[in-house]
Amino acid sequence: MNALNLKALGNSTAAELLRLRKWSAIWVIVGAWLALSLSFGYVFNYVAYKTGDDNFAGDGAGNAQLLAELMPNAIPDVIVSGLPMFGGALAMVVGALVAGNGFGWGTWKTVFTQGPSRSAAVGGSLAAVSIFIFAMMTATLVLCAGVSVAIAATEGQSITMPALSDLAQSFGAGFLVLEMWALLGFLVGVLAKGPALAVGLGLVWSLVVENLLRGVGSLLAGIETVTEALPGTAGGSLAGAIIGGPNGTPGVLDAISGERALITVAAYVLVAAIAAVVVMRRRDLA
Amino acid sequence: MNELVVETDGLTKRYGDRLAVDRVSMTVMRGEVYGFLGPNGAGKTTTLRMMLGLIRPTAGSASVLGRPAGGPEVTARIGALIEGPGFYPYLSGRDNLRTMARYQGLPATEVDRVLEMVDLADRAKDAFKGYSLGMKQRLGVAAAMLGSPDLLVLDEPTNGLDPAGMADMRALVVSLAEAGQTVILSSHILAEVQEICDRVGVINDGRLLRESTVAELRGGATLRVRATPEDAALAAVMQLAGDEGVRRIGNETLEVDLPVTAAPEVVRHLVAHSIDVHEVTVAERSLEDVFFEMTGNNKELVS
Ligand SMILES: Nc1ncnc2c1ncn2[C@@H]1O[C@H](COP(=O)(O)OP(=O)(O)OP(=O)(O)O)[C@@H](O)[C@H]1O
Ligand SMILES: [Mg+2]
Repeated sequence: MNALNLKALGNSTAAELLRLRKWSAIWVIVGAWLALSLSFGYVFNYVAYKTGDDNFAGDGAGNAQLLAELMPNAIPDVIVSGLPMFGGALAMVVGALVAGNGFGWGTWKTVFTQGPSRSAAVGGSLAAVSIFIFAMMTATLVLCAGVSVAIAATEGQSITMPALSDLAQSFGAGFLVLEMWALLGFLVGVLAKGPALAVGLGLVWSLVVENLLRGVGSLLAGIETVTEALPGTAGGSLAGAIIGGPNGTPGVLDAISGERALITVAAYVLVAAIAAVVVMRRRDLA
Repeated sequence: MNELVVETDGLTKRYGDRLAVDRVSMTVMRGEVYGFLGPNGAGKTTTLRMMLGLIRPTAGSASVLGRPAGGPEVTARIGALIEGPGFYPYLSGRDNLRTMARYQGLPATEVDRVLEMVDLADRAKDAFKGYSLGMKQRLGVAAAMLGSPDLLVLDEPTNGLDPAGMADMRALVVSLAEAGQTVILSSHILAEVQEICDRVGVINDGRLLRESTVAELRGGATLRVRATPEDAALAAVMQLAGDEGVRRIGNETLEVDLPVTAAPEVVRHLVAHSIDVHEVTVAERSLEDVFFEMTGNNKELVS
């Protein structure tokens, strides 16, 4: 029976991957993510470095710092910097689209009448989203590596790669943060039975409400214990722990320790996945 | 042969204070085409959804292929199109079927087979969102047939099809039935059910009014005899069919409650009494007549 379930899960994952791969909306989101990562990670800083070099010849210290952040050595910091802000938001949109559209389109209904158990079908969808997020993170890493090596070569700097362990740690943390937001988006898509409300509410929550709460939380101790448990705080603090503290990028925090942030993010991933499966198993599907 | 494929017991679904399905107990036998007939809002789709485990009954139960409805071991053996096709709009017809085939672990050849069956192979590369209503409907039937299920459940499969499309769909169901396929087909079109179904369940207002073969439902055919002089003819026929068995229906015509096989005897008898027989016809009650009698609600029905 267990082998059968695994097979059904594998079939469902393969089916979901096929239809995600051919969905242009998803690729638009990936494109947006890569473009934003590139812009905020490299393009703006590089332009600042170049223009700074010309205009303030004496200001060597600031420029040296800028250049250091563009070098391959800094990849672990760069790939997690954008996550708390736009990375999480985009991942959430992916999750909400994948789960939410199935109601309006009637595709959940069609899938459930094809034979897989609801757990297998929803599990397969969650697995496909996770694989997709992993691929998105990998593409980010490859892009950042390529660009930073190119900058180093152009600027005549020696190419020093970061330690593999640092890179792995950063990649893992980045994947977990994106995964958390994607699965939360998936869950909200399931609860809202559609993508529009889910995307709207999800973005307002992750971009606005959490920030406001953190603002209030610094004044009121009671609220602070709540904000410390929120996904945005956890994701931001995990990124902060990798970078070594807030670096001026919005959303990168040091509100909670890296360890606690890791546990909180992992807990959200698990809870969101289980809740999505449980709700879909029990639901009447009109 | 009389193996039960579907058996529901007091199946009930309540939405708020509306009883969408009210204690429906129906049976579908292996190898038959079962017509599920009822006007809009009668509860056809709701009953079929419970049969597939898409929604849970408020009360009662359904057993399909010998097991409780809704489990994966049952749904894997059913193919269904319920209340319109649900597909990914951005995918082509073929990729939609490939996705659904993957969910069942079926090979891609299965996709080509069902595309041919619904005559959609030449448009299979086009995006689903660009399909006409009829093409979408046919893709839905194709998805239902993936993996040659033991039971095919088609909820108003001719919905949105033009007359030629309807005829094709009926021919498809008939050919499947000839190959031994068990089909449940819901419809509000009487002619359709009459034409292709072996047995019918008539549902109205959530209640199953009757379940029987199409022939039984229509009742026996009756004879109509036009003969003169009419009074003498009436007296003569009463000797054969009894006083209650004959009625005047106007235009010198009598309606006789005798089987069609009795026609020669009736004619001989009348001729022996020197009565002129002008015309003998067989009058069949249509399913439509029967349906109207049963439901008293016919406004939404099309024949
Ligand atoms: N999800 C729902 N919520 C509330 N009421 C519902 C729901 N689904 C069905 N109903 C009600 O149940 C009744 C039966 O609906 P159902 O869709 O089963 O009818 P039907 O026989 O399939 O009709 P049609 O020929 O129009 O498809 C209707 O009165 C409908 O309004
Ligand atoms: Mg219906």
